[in-house]
Amino acid sequence: MTGLLQRLGHAALGYFRRLGRGNLFLLQTLASLPGMLLRPVLVIRQMWSVGVLTIVIIVVSGLFVGMVMGLQGYNTLVDFGAEESLGVLVALSLVRELGPVVAALLFAGRAGSALTAEIGLMKATEQLSGMEMMAVDPVQRVIAPRFLAAFLSMPLLAAIFSAVGVFGGYLVGVGLLGVDDGAFWSQMQDKVDFYDDVMNGVIKSIVFGFVVGWIALYEGYDAVPTAEGVSQATTRTVVHSALVVLGLDFVLTALMFGG
Amino acid sequence: MNTRTVEIAVGLFVAIGIAALFMLAMKVSNLSTLGNSGGYRITATFENIGGLKVRSPVTVSGVRVGRVDKIDYDLHTFQAVVTMKIEDQYKGFPEDTSASIFTAGLLGEQYVALEPGGSMTSLKDGGRIQLTQSALVMEQIIGQFLYSMAADKKADKQPDASGPEAGQSDGKLPDIP
Repeated sequence: MTGLLQRLGHAALGYFRRLGRGNLFLLQTLASLPGMLLRPVLVIRQMWSVGVLTIVIIVVSGLFVGMVMGLQGYNTLVDFGAEESLGVLVALSLVRELGPVVAALLFAGRAGSALTAEIGLMKATEQLSGMEMMAVDPVQRVIAPRFLAAFLSMPLLAAIFSAVGVFGGYLVGVGLLGVDDGAFWSQMQDKVDFYDDVMNGVIKSIVFGFVVGWIALYEGYDAVPTAEGVSQATTRTVVHSALVVLGLDFVLTALMFGG
Repeated sequence: MNTRTVEIAVGLFVAIGIAALFMLAMKVSNLSTLGNSGGYRITATFENIGGLKVRSPVTVSGVRVGRVDKIDYDLHTFQAVVTMKIEDQYKGFPEDTSASIFTAGLLGEQYVALEPGGSMTSLKDGGRIQLTQSALVMEQIIGQFLYSMAADKKADKQPDASGPEAGQSDGKLPDIP
């Protein structure tokens, strides 16, 4: 009985210890962000691996998500004779929800896991301790530029996803199914509000970029420095990022559109 | 990978991202129509605005000339006050223009339809439309319809009852709901 209680307590304490370390890590990272202004080259190099290399999957997924929504939405809307509203359907769902969320999930899978594996391997091969030995702060030199790159890339990727998705919906709706071209765009412009819909989507993607970057880097930084530890940390990054993104999306949606 | 290529690629990435955001703002959302804040405001009071909302369209002969800017309730006259913003290019509606709230299609959204009158003086910024027609509320219409049907039945029945064949019509009474 006491053994069971002890195990429970051990697990709980371990959980809170990790949470606390994660928050200290975030504060440390945020504190070293201003130093990045002096060395933008580091950030640009990370934006290459975090942002540019993710574009392909974002564009392809966005296009197909938009095209599928065009097909499915048309089948439902045509029953009501409202197929001109297809543009509204595609644009609102992409800009409000699918753009930020799916882009963040893909981002966690493509860039987040890579970040975790990279940092974890640096730790396992004692590169991070080596930097400390040379009086170089690894958080300043390694973590901060990656965090900033993730934070900056995410809104751009989500915007690309939404724009390409709308284009995909247009291709299927207007090109394939014969929805009226003018009605498609004009109804969309009528119903989609810049501040209520587009800006809220951008805010969501900024929050997701922040959270996914934090989780990915912390999991790498906190990984057990063995091959197995790094692989587990990479898995945790993807799973936790996905859960947090979906959970936060509900909270943000309730705050933005629930009232 | 040399620094120059990386920098060019990142620059391209940022440019594409911003272009996508710009496309969302201009082509997808209403920022392009929201941008020209020019235009003049006119108000109209209604007994009942139904499902009219802020940003609902204002049309003349089916052409959209502006949007509903603000909806208020006047506690003195107990009427809804709808402020409409009309684009500058559609200036000079006559003073006796009338405003009605219609529904687009059977289940569509509601909009304000203006109908120009024949007055020589035109509506100015902040002007008020005097002639208005409220939105039709489905329950009211059905209620009125039932009421008038019942009234018709009664009117049909009364001459019968006072007539010589009163007994026969009494026999038919159960057929009438």
